Amino acid sequence: MKPLETEIAIIGGGIAGCSTALHVALRGVPVVLLEKRQAGAAASGVNFGGVRRNGRALPELALAARSIDIWRRLPELVGNDCEYAMTGHLKVARNDEDMAAMAAHAEAQAAYGCDVEMISRNALLARYPWFSDVAFGAAWCATDGQANPRLLGPAFAHAARCAGADIRENEPVAALEKDGAGFLLRSENGLEVRARQVVNAAGAWGGRVAGWLGEAVELWPMMPQMVVTEPVPYFMEPALGVVGGDVYVRQIPRGNLIFGGRSGTADLDEGFGHAITEETLCTLQRTAKVIPRMADVNIIRLWSGVEGCTPDNLPVLGPSATTRGVMHAFGFSGHGFCLGPGVGAVMAELLLDGETETDIEAFNIGRF
Amino acid sequence: MSGAGAILIIGAGPAGTRAAEVLTGHGLRPVVVDEAPASGGQIYRRQPPGFKRSAKLRYGFEARKAEALHACFDSLRERIDYRPDTSVWSIENKVAFTVGPGGVDRIPFESLLLCTGGVDRVLPIPGWTLPGVYTLGGAQIALKAQGCAIGKRVVFLGSGPLLYLVAYQYAHAGGTVAAVLDTARLRDALPVMPGLLAGGLTLAKGLWYQNWLRFNGIVMRRGVRPIAAEGGGRLTGLRYKNAWGRERHIACDALGFGWGVKPECQLAELADCEMAFDALARQWLPECDADGRASAEGVYLAGDGAGVMGADAAEYRGELAALTLLADSGESTGAARRTYLKTRLRRLMRFRIALERALPYPKGLAAALPDDTIICRCEAVTAGDIRQGQTLQPQEINRAKAYTRLGMGRCQGRMCGIAAAEILAHQKGVPLAEVGRLRGQAPIKPLHIGIAGEAAEDDPDRATSI
Repeated sequence: MKPLETEIAIIGGGIAGCSTALHVALRGVPVVLLEKRQAGAAASGVNFGGVRRNGRALPELALAARSIDIWRRLPELVGNDCEYAMTGHLKVARNDEDMAAMAAHAEAQAAYGCDVEMISRNALLARYPWFSDVAFGAAWCATDGQANPRLLGPAFAHAARCAGADIRENEPVAALEKDGAGFLLRSENGLEVRARQVVNAAGAWGGRVAGWLGEAVELWPMMPQMVVTEPVPYFMEPALGVVGGDVYVRQIPRGNLIFGGRSGTADLDEGFGHAITEETLCTLQRTAKVIPRMADVNIIRLWSGVEGCTPDNLPVLGPSATTRGVMHAFGFSGHGFCLGPGVGAVMAELLLDGETETDIEAFNIGRF
Repeated sequence: MSGAGAILIIGAGPAGTRAAEVLTGHGLRPVVVDEAPASGGQIYRRQPPGFKRSAKLRYGFEARKAEALHACFDSLRERIDYRPDTSVWSIENKVAFTVGPGGVDRIPFESLLLCTGGVDRVLPIPGWTLPGVYTLGGAQIALKAQGCAIGKRVVFLGSGPLLYLVAYQYAHAGGTVAAVLDTARLRDALPVMPGLLAGGLTLAKGLWYQNWLRFNGIVMRRGVRPIAAEGGGRLTGLRYKNAWGRERHIACDALGFGWGVKPECQLAELADCEMAFDALARQWLPECDADGRASAEGVYLAGDGAGVMGADAAEYRGELAALTLLADSGESTGAARRTYLKTRLRRLMRFRIALERALPYPKGLAAALPDDTIICRCEAVTAGDIRQGQTLQPQEINRAKAYTRLGMGRCQGRMCGIAAAEILAHQKGVPLAEVGRLRGQAPIKPLHIGIAGEAAEDDPDRATSI
């Protein structure tokens, strides 16, 4: 079989990869994306669905802001709003130490144009009387939101295809090698792609791909596990997370509550995450302790997925340090859903213009 | 003494009861978990305490079998660890997680006997979510357990052995059966007559029900195609096409409908059993060898949950699977009995296959449903939604689920999964097996957060888990 000839080859069809494919294709440049399973089916499709800047690490704020601009334009860009809604986000403190740390962070965030308001316990309970007294106070970001992860990756993949990108699913990439001025990629099924530039958007497997280039990054697999309830009357507009990450909850207008906080298990070679039943029980208990009215609701489904975490919980984003012509976009450490749409825009600029206006300095692979 | 470790039997119907009988007979003390308050399964469901209708009235020709099975189970009570009113909602690493009157419990096991039975095979039709529409099995249980009818003037629709049985039971009990509408045609049955004859007495009983209904003046039609259950707010009638393609309407205030039984396989999936597509049943079934072994080590399957064969076969299969379990753990008895049981089962299988052909699942019906028909009633997903998949063109049933919420509700696709797969496969023009199946996931039944949370082995005041 003759190799596919293209300008840009993307390894990985998660949000980062599919958004990159779309933004490249929109500029009329040939692009081929190889996804080992189905577009948006791994971490991109099974995460919590938060789109927030509240509590986010400062180096990610510029990219998050750029991404949220795209989130708002999803209907025009990909023909589907992916149920994105700007509902606001509450980061909930359990004690005054948490409150003090959040207040300091909020002040630092202000310098990035991100408004976060501190809410006292009384004000919090007045606004949201369904909190238990575990809630000591909260940080509130009105411009945060939430969306349906099951739709985002497929919607970007669909839009990218419509824009001319060649998206190949069920094509796990087995090898990447230099080939003259460009690269040759080979899938496990024998499909070959010759490209001038390559994007490593392989998610939890991105560290392995970097290893092929002699710059392996050790990713810590994280397997957040989610639970969803039967629909109950809508009472929780904002998404919320408790400091420390052991409880996070949102409710969709249909009424289902989606929540999580503990970790499942995974085998990277097998490729799937599995929820652990004992951990689920802990999530149920902890969540009901924060929101007592949830104790009387039934859960109907639970799941987990695999994400790659870097040592400093920041993504690897930008040019390879060893190999000219390769760009990395992986290791999102649980932040890829919010950031993913923006990552594609930044990647397209890096690939086609050689520079981007968005500050991604902190994500350079050379830091490890 | 056998080398078998802790044994868990899930289900106390015909298969689970006979399996428990064998194991206790060998000095073992299995745990028997059952969702119902009393043993018997759906087929031999007992009436609530205080109800005094006779077995003959409730079970008809099967009264003696039902009484024998109940007596058998009752005689085992002291020798088993019996957990009625208890659901298994997750299985993981040889531990079953249950929820029952005492809350959530963990049952570790070495060997697992899944006797999970079946549930009505539903095929949505327009209007099937109207109040007054029931499954055939639901209609039968209302009558059998509590002597209740689903309506004053009832139409029964579908195909399969249950159709005529339930209609007969309703009419016999004094209910008004407006019509019995069978989607199968007589000519489906003719080529498989030899196989049907293998059913012997079972076939004779089936024919008796039909004849009884006919002689009692009840309207019976074959080869019908349902169009819609109709009514504003609740059911007032059914529109259908007769065998000659003419549209007909029949007034009724209740409809019992269904196309046989589908196995309940979610627990087999959670126990890591491989599933295989069964072309005849047009469903995915857990792989099972002739002795009742599943593909997962230490897991055994019996009864309709391992592929629908009916109650008599379930008793044989329960006994067989338990004997196989004993043989696998070093017990040397039972070889002759296993051979005998397998011979009986082969004969029943011939009948089963013929029956499936004579009373076929109307596979074209789901594919032809109008776009606005609700398929997944938990999440209000229509046939059109499945076909379009938010314009994202799903190629596979779990993608359709991801895009549309199909099968994401309370029943987890147990009711709608089969019809949805038929619709998607037809839309894509691919064989049914290619669109896959909705995977079974824990919790397989809704689980109460407060009750389950109490079982957490965790210090909830510890701030974080990460």
